[in-house]
Amino acid sequence: MMFFAATLAILVTMGLALIRALMGPTVYDRVLAVNTFGTKTVLLIALLGFLTGRPDFLDISLVYALINFIGTIAVLKLIKYGDLGTIGQETEPKP
Amino acid sequence: MQVALDILSWLLLIAGSAFALIGAAGLIRFPDVYARMHAAGITDTLGAGLIISGLMIQGGFTLVTVKLAAILIFLLYTSPTSTYALANAAYSRGLQPLLGKRDADTAEKESS
Repeated sequence: MMFFAATLAILVTMGLALIRALMGPTVYDRVLAVNTFGTKTVLLIALLGFLTGRPDFLDISLVYALINFIGTIAVLKLIKYGDLGTIGQETEPKP
Repeated sequence: MQVALDILSWLLLIAGSAFALIGAAGLIRFPDVYARMHAAGITDTLGAGLIISGLMIQGGFTLVTVKLAAILIFLLYTSPTSTYALANAAYSRGLQPLLGKRDADTAEKESS
């Protein structure tokens, strides 16, 4: 029962993060909201794994945490340097 | 003994989801990106940490707990890093934080 309550709270948190993603004036709000959404998805999958009694969900949530982090860093590099950079070329942040 | 562990893990789960909600509310209400990063940090570290430790108690001494510990350690390392990268990208592209101003529109009035 308590897993269900925690899952509901996480779903509400994800909804609020989505609202911030839609409302966010700057692109950094959106990246922040999507990053928070991804972290909450990790928690949601782990909770659902416990709720349905299937321990293999935890591997999925671990992989999702890894991918979420890499995605956020890639988006931020794209924003800061304008492109994801070519090998061996020194990129300057756009003014 | 088992009942005590169950109650403890349920308390941790409830506290973790409460902090997640508080952080998400802060994510909505704060006036500035840098303030919202603090609110998002609350959900990432406290919310996730308490919920995962609550699940670890439920998991007992099995492989499940090891996987949950791996997730927790990874989250505790990467969420500050991604928040730092976000702040660095925002500040290097010229997004000024609202230092001591009431909120965004008073900032415009003062700067114009």
